[in-house]
Amino acid sequence: MTKVVQAQINGILIRVPEGTTILEAAKQVQIKIPVLCKHPDLPPEASCGICIVRIKGTNKMLRACCTPVENGMEIITHDPEIIEIRRTVIELILSNHPNDCLKCQRNNDCELQRLTADFGIHSESFPTFLRDIPKDYSTNAIDLDPVKCILCGRCVHVCQNQQNVWALSFLERGMQTRISPAGDIQLADSPCVRCGQCAAHCPTGAIVEKDDTGIVWNALQNKEKYCVVQMAPAVRASIGETFGQIGVNYTKKLYALLRRLGFKAVFDTSFGADITIMEEASEFEERLLKQTRPLPLITSCCPSWVDFMEKFHTDMIENFSSCKSPHEIIGVLSKTYYAEKFKIDPSKIFMVSIMPCTSKKYEIQRSSEMFASGFQDIDAVLCTRELGRMIKQAGIDFENLPEEQADSILGEYSGAGVIFGSTGGVMEAALRTAHYLITGRELEHVEFESVRGLERVKETEVEIDGMKIRVAIAHGLSSVEYVLEKIRQAKLNNTEIPYHLVEVMACPGGCVGGGGQPYMVTDELRVKRAKALYSDDKDKEIRFSHQNPYIKRLYEEYLGKPLGEKSERLLHTTYVPQPLYRK
Amino acid sequence: MENINTEEIKSLIQKWKGKDGNLVMILHEIQNRYGYVPRPVSLEVSKETGIPLARIYEVITFYNYFELCPPAKHTISVCMGTACYLKGAPELLEEIETLLHVQEGQSTEDGQFHVNVVRCLGCCGLAPVVSIDGKIFGKVKKSEIMEILSRYTHEENNVKV
Repeated sequence: MTKVVQAQINGILIRVPEGTTILEAAKQVQIKIPVLCKHPDLPPEASCGICIVRIKGTNKMLRACCTPVENGMEIITHDPEIIEIRRTVIELILSNHPNDCLKCQRNNDCELQRLTADFGIHSESFPTFLRDIPKDYSTNAIDLDPVKCILCGRCVHVCQNQQNVWALSFLERGMQTRISPAGDIQLADSPCVRCGQCAAHCPTGAIVEKDDTGIVWNALQNKEKYCVVQMAPAVRASIGETFGQIGVNYTKKLYALLRRLGFKAVFDTSFGADITIMEEASEFEERLLKQTRPLPLITSCCPSWVDFMEKFHTDMIENFSSCKSPHEIIGVLSKTYYAEKFKIDPSKIFMVSIMPCTSKKYEIQRSSEMFASGFQDIDAVLCTRELGRMIKQAGIDFENLPEEQADSILGEYSGAGVIFGSTGGVMEAALRTAHYLITGRELEHVEFESVRGLERVKETEVEIDGMKIRVAIAHGLSSVEYVLEKIRQAKLNNTEIPYHLVEVMACPGGCVGGGGQPYMVTDELRVKRAKALYSDDKDKEIRFSHQNPYIKRLYEEYLGKPLGEKSERLLHTTYVPQPLYRK
Repeated sequence: MENINTEEIKSLIQKWKGKDGNLVMILHEIQNRYGYVPRPVSLEVSKETGIPLARIYEVITFYNYFELCPPAKHTISVCMGTACYLKGAPELLEEIETLLHVQEGQSTEDGQFHVNVVRCLGCCGLAPVVSIDGKIFGKVKKSEIMEILSRYTHEENNVKV
């Protein structure tokens, strides 16, 4: 049992497990200690000094974010002197920060701005010193403006530790310290996989998603264009946070919203996920029963994971599913199948994807196969945060919108399609259909509890027709190493493969925790977002991709069969090793 | 830049492999060998040791001792000590910066000159003082700078011929 320590915060007695920080303990007595560098999702960096508190009887000020409560401590979190020191800390940070909030992408949604307002700072107390560091717009997914950086260290931590990518680091020291892509080059020339975890954790406007709302507004105004849209599973579970609603599934209101924004047809990426499953499960069946290509089969719907593999783990290329990601599939089908059926000139179609993801912005041009329709299959990608801004710009009372349906033939999804947005979801959806493909029978229990949840690596065994299928699920790129190493060792020693099927998502929690999702994500929030998707699945009449009547129709009318000639041409892609450093 | 000898770097890394804090030691050897840490060498170190380039550059830029650019052929030090300052050193520095198209602390693009500011060279009687590769030029006038610098560029030309 953990030891309990007893202390006082502002004169109120607290009892907390040993190791609890002062910051955490203070919440028990309804005290919010202000923080800036500390993100609730990450370990303390202790770089800013705003959370200082006083211990009675000493002159010392301690940082609440990284100081554990000790027995008998008498902690004071707020007094006039503490408040004055905190104000000075903010003023010093502001003296190195550009004063252009009105034109900043984080305006009204910035942690530094919020603190400045809370502390009532109305003038410059110190002369401003700004450094001349160039902006970096090289990736087409993430924009870097190191001058706005307050050196909190969150992005460096997520990039190096959580994601194991090592694209970002601090360079130089003291006053000269700055964030920079690996070895002072452009982000696009670095190992960056565009996951956007840095942007999702940045407290200011130093790292933001590339804003494509302007491109989309222009297309919506252009009478020559036929604008269509799709939205990813994870967006429906998080867009509510823009309006203070947590864990609510807004699927049907989003359909209505997107029509009101001016889109002529509204599709659902979850339907694309159903197609991915048809292709991927068939690929799995083929590899398992006919040994056409090596096992394990590794999922490939996450573009950051694909990028990571092409840079760091090229020996896994033959294990990768060649199937495109769900939104790319909807993209190519909107400009082929849908265009043909509704007699729309595909060159006029402007396809927008609403994604929880910054990497999808890069994916739409990642290879020539992303132009399989003869045009760029996806014209623009907006992440959840950008959609949130568009809703406000459009003046739509989102929460009171009526509920609508998606446009059929690319809109009706099964329960299996919507759980793609959570870690383990692709695995579960694939297993449901693979079971049918292998045995010819439907599963009695559709839910695979053992592949759900936020454990960073999940390993389990599923029995299909007497065969033991070993699976692994990893999320957060630093968790991948363990799984890949096991596969490598088995290859090397010529022993039995450790897994048959592996799912990887670059972001912790999967897409619900994506780099384009609303700010301040924690595991608690990831669980709530995922729960919204799992209940959507549970409420669905059809919970298997292969049972979706629109999927059947698509293959009957257009594609032929999974892995058939047409499917291969439109729905599949290839992978090539990429250099880690381009300069 | 001279050619990078991959074998040499590999054996140098081998010497420190598996030892704690080996990155700094490896970088020291490289700095001693080349006079700076060339980027291709950093990439080689990253490949051989598995240490990400980001970490290698964190260390290189953290310590003043490590350089990322090759040392210039000639080092110009302009004294900004009190006496030199009052006798017009800022004007000399400005002239040097204009003529060579560099800022203080930088090297010229052709790698010929590095321009430094120093505090007192110990010969205030000769103020304002400029030193090039340790040779002292005293009571320097702005108009003489061009001629002084040209001695070094000419010397360079002679060597080339």
